Formats: sequence, C-alpha cells, structure tokens
Amino acid sequence: MILVDRISVAQGAFRLDEVSFRIEPGRYAVLMGRTGSGKTTVIEAIAGLRPVASGRILLDGRDVTRLSPAERGVGYVPQDGALFPTMTVQENLAFPLVIRNVRPAAIRDRVQELAGWLHITHLLDRRAVRLSGGETQRIALGRALAFHPRILLLDEPLSALDEETRESMLAVLETLKRRKEVSVLHVTHHRTEAERLADLLLRVEGRTVVDARTAPTPPMAADAFVPDAC
Amino acid sequence: MSEPNAETIRPDSPRPSPEWVFWLGLSILGGFYVLLIVAMIIADLFYTTPGHLLEAIARPEIRFAILLSLISCTITTILSLWVGIPLGYLMSRKKFIGKGLLDTILDIPIVLPPLVLGLSLLILFQTPIGQAIQRVVPITYQWPSVIIAQFAVAAAFSVRTMRVTFDQISPRTEQVAMTLGCSRHQAFWYVVLPQAGRGVLTAATLSWSRSLGEFGPILIFSGATRMRTEVLPTTVFLELSIGNLEAALAVSLLMIFVATFVLVLTRWLGLRGTGLL
Repeated sequence: MILVDRISVAQGAFRLDEVSFRIEPGRYAVLMGRTGSGKTTVIEAIAGLRPVASGRILLDGRDVTRLSPAERGVGYVPQDGALFPTMTVQENLAFPLVIRNVRPAAIRDRVQELAGWLHITHLLDRRAVRLSGGETQRIALGRALAFHPRILLLDEPLSALDEETRESMLAVLETLKRRKEVSVLHVTHHRTEAERLADLLLRVEGRTVVDARTAPTPPMAADAFVPDAC
Repeated sequence: MSEPNAETIRPDSPRPSPEWVFWLGLSILGGFYVLLIVAMIIADLFYTTPGHLLEAIARPEIRFAILLSLISCTITTILSLWVGIPLGYLMSRKKFIGKGLLDTILDIPIVLPPLVLGLSLLILFQTPIGQAIQRVVPITYQWPSVIIAQFAVAAAFSVRTMRVTFDQISPRTEQVAMTLGCSRHQAFWYVVLPQAGRGVLTAATLSWSRSLGEFGPILIFSGATRMRTEVLPTTVFLELSIGNLEAALAVSLLMIFVATFVLVLTRWLGLRGTGLL
C-alpha cells in the first residue's frame, strides 16, 4: 500500500503542497497532469530521490519519509529507462539481486522468468545500449521488478514508444495489474492510457493531487484529502 | 494602400558558395598549426642521428633520468586519479557553500607560473610543519619532491577532466541503482565509475604527459642534481647549459616518442570496443 499523507515538496520556484492519496495493496493508480505539473516530483518523493519538506510517506504501513531510496524497497522505472550501459541486459536484470547477495542459481532463474514474461530472452547477452524504446522500457521494468518489490513506480513508461510497441507494453502492464502483486503508481499525461489501466485515477491540480474521477474541475482547494476510490 | 509588387517582395533565390570553399577555409586556418607541430618534429629529426640517440641512452645519468621520469610520472598519475575522481564527482554532483571558491582554488595550479609553484612548494616545506615532515621523509632536493611538484599540477588537470566526465553521465542511473538497493557508495562503484572509464583514461593520459614535461617547479623544488633529481626535462636543460645540443636533442626526441606512444596507446585503449576503431 502507498499512503502519501500531506506531503509538501519544493524544487526551486515550483512546489507541491499537502499532497495526499492512498493506493491500496495490489491496486493500479494512474497520476495524470500536464507537462511540468510535478507528476515526476511526486514519484521521486516516494522513491526517496527528492526530500519532502513536510508530511509523511507510508509504504505497506512503514513510515519511509526519512529512509534512503535503498531502504524503501520500491521498484522505480524512470522515463528514459536509465539502463546501466556498461552492463549486459542480463546483468541489468540481475543487478538488484546481486546487490542483495542472492544465490547465483536463484538469480539465473529469476532473470529467465522475467525475460520470458517480457519477451526479452533474445537480448539477454547484449550490452544495454542502442536498444529500442520498447526494449529499454521492458528491461527497465524487469529490473525494477526483479527483487519482488511491493510497490512499483512508473514514470511515463509509454511516452517514448510508437503505436505498436505501446500496445504490447500496455498488455504487459495490464498483466501486471491483473496479478495484483504490486501496488502501482503510474504517471502519464495520456488520457486513454490512464483510463485503460487505472483502478484509481489521480490528477495534479494546481499545487496538489486530486481524485480525477470524483473531483470537479476546475481545481479543488489545496487541503482536499482524496480518499481511496477503489 | 496599394498591393506590394510581387517582384519586390520575392527574394532572390539564395546562391550559396560551394561547400568546399568553407571546408578549405577551415583547413587553411587550422592547417598552420598542424604544420608547425609537424615541422618542429621533423626539424628535430633532421638535426640528430640515431647514433646520438643511442649514445645518449647509453649514458648512466640519462638512463637514471629516463627511469626517474617513468616512475615519477606513473606514481603521479595514480595519485592524480586518487584525488581527481573523488573531487571531480563531488564538484559534479553536489551543491554546497563555497563551491565557487573551491572551483577557483582548483584552477590555481593551472594558471600559476610554474616557477612560482615551485617556489611556493619550497617555502611550504620550510614551514615548521614542512620541516617536521622532512625530518621523517626528506623531500626538498630529493626524489619525492619530483613527484610532489608533478602532482601539484597534474592533479588539477585530472580533477577538471573527471568533473567534465561526471557532468556528462546522467545522475539518473545512479538514482535508479539506489532505488534498487544500492548505497550511494555502491551506486558509485558499480554504476557510475564503470561509465567514467573513458574519462579516467583521459585524465590518466593528461596527468602522465603533463608530468613528463614538468620542469619549472622541479628545477626550483627538486634542484637539478644528476643521478638524484634529474628527470628528462632536467637533462635537456643541463645538456643545453653545457652546450651539448646533440644530447639535449636526443633526449627531447626520446620524450616526443614516449609521449606520442602513450597518446596513441590510450587512444587505442579508449576507442577499442566503441566501434570507432
């Protein structure tokens, strides 16, 4: 479960105030908003990459507000994938497990399992450079899921993909949603993508986040607490 | 108001000069410099014979200078990377109070006249702290002073190179590594440093070749004592001062060969596997 409780994040002149929402275990939430509205800031705050000025972030009931990114146990896929270019695809997928000192045999099994599911088995021995947008996103997703996180954060995972690749990546995300093994927060500015995937649809409105399915437009007051819609 | 005449508003279709004129212009402007470098080396080659070169290499004091140059440059390079990598990373990734000041301080060795740098080192090791160090390890006018004099300049180039290198690596990958379970330390070792391989190689080449040519600070801080603090530039200076132009030239050529070899080797190592070579 992801519980964001009245967090405020400032970055230069830009800030988000009193952002609150809750994503129940295994649910798929989509956060929408215009470019530059601060969607990525919310994801980075949950991942621990951006300090919050006030408020709390609870992941599966644990207050992680002051914890390092490593201690949060969150799978994170940035917009550009950010694969490790000096490693092979296999090494990228295995990385979180190697860091956790998992047995080599177990790492091999997990990498094969992920590669099979994401249809990237043929890429395993390649260096993680000069891959297509779709391949990069699949590998980044596999790497983020390798250590069985309970929380998954996706930052515009489909934005750089062409129509065909987008469709197959959407199918992967729908499988992920059906399995209900992770709570997902997926950031996008694409309405149809959001409608198709979301159990809970959130929207950055002004300086805060509201439930897009219940909130009236124009923007609600900054102190609105958005209850779980599911 | 009348309609503007179509003839007056239709611009002439552009007639650009041929592209080769542009490239020829660039080649002529840059060509002078390339010509100067090549001409210098050719002139050196014509002024000496293989006999002179072999004769010079056979002399024990010149052999000592070659050995001291090679060893000191290598140690200096390792030390320069030792400070260049951490400082470069710090300057690239962190914002802190006094960063501008630190940046300026790091550039001082690059802009300081070499003799002033040598003199400053000499003075530093005459202070009470410097003298205390010298009671344990004699430095001034001894071989360790050669390494310190080389390091003082070479490290500045290493820091600068590493900073640019880290600037060009997106912080995104190390952030992802941290969310995947890495400490900052592990993210640096496993994810950032391997990506900086080319930069490390460039910093090492720069430090090594700067150190090989270092002379001013060494002359002041280490002296020019044969078989003790004599490096290759010192040899050139000493041979010139006694009018032995042949030996000076032979050693100069030796330095050109070594420096070119190191450049080519590192280029080759750096470009291998990138598809460029």
